[in-house]
Amino acid sequence: MWIYEKKLQYPVRVSTCNPMLARFLIEQYGGADGELSAALRYLNQRYSIPDEVIGLLTDIGTEEFAHLEMIATMVYKLTKDATPDQMKAAGLGDHYVNHDNALFYHNASGVPWTASYIQAKGDPIADLYEDIAAEEKARATYQWIIDMSDDPDLNDGLRFLREREVVHSQRFREAVEILKEERDKKKYF
Amino acid sequence: MSQHQLPQEFYPLMEELQAVDFVLVELTLYLDTHPNDTAAIQQFNEMAYYRHQLVPQIEQYYGPLQQFGNSYSGYPWNWNQSPWPWQL
Repeated sequence: MWIYEKKLQYPVRVSTCNPMLARFLIEQYGGADGELSAALRYLNQRYSIPDEVIGLLTDIGTEEFAHLEMIATMVYKLTKDATPDQMKAAGLGDHYVNHDNALFYHNASGVPWTASYIQAKGDPIADLYEDIAAEEKARATYQWIIDMSDDPDLNDGLRFLREREVVHSQRFREAVEILKEERDKKKYF
Repeated sequence: MSQHQLPQEFYPLMEELQAVDFVLVELTLYLDTHPNDTAAIQQFNEMAYYRHQLVPQIEQYYGPLQQFGNSYSGYPWNWNQSPWPWQL
């Protein structure tokens, strides 16, 4: 089971109401390489991965939900005081007519989240390589958002999230090596 | 909606917990792929102990951090008292 903790993993601050930045950030909420995809991908792969890697997928998958909450907090804080006119000017008119200021799992272009963003191949190496690629894509996305953002408070939180992708990628690479070692050991029996 | 006013003492304690939990998550993921690192395990257990000391200090201002019996409740039931994390 999961236990919710009433705290953010890292403090989230934003300087001003800025629905345009919220629109970009939604990519990491309901986009292909976003935090929802990450959490669901890893937690679902656990059931068919070798025992050596189940703990890692569980812990990283769980951390991704903490990141999802951070992104939600950023979007919430960037849009909570926005008027319909400001939403429209930021390109969020399409979002507003369907959701008001509510969050929804879609990407920066408004395409709703789909399970086809993620995979579980049942082949441990194929799954872990997908996970490494997912972390690198998420890291790149954070970088592109930071490049377009002029909010120093928001960027502090985004830099934290970008660094977490680097750490996760590193741990998944180590998991691949652990499985390769295990595979090579078995050859000699 | 009326929000529970938090005293100034709460904020540095919450930041301290976020810092401690950062150490713990880093050590957790590291140990998932380096299960025989004695020094890292010792560090993990020290931080876990420190966390147990810190949590009640935060909860006296903020109420329960977790549910399902991992935190005690005040009176009245204060789990669903604002502010929630995104409202802080």
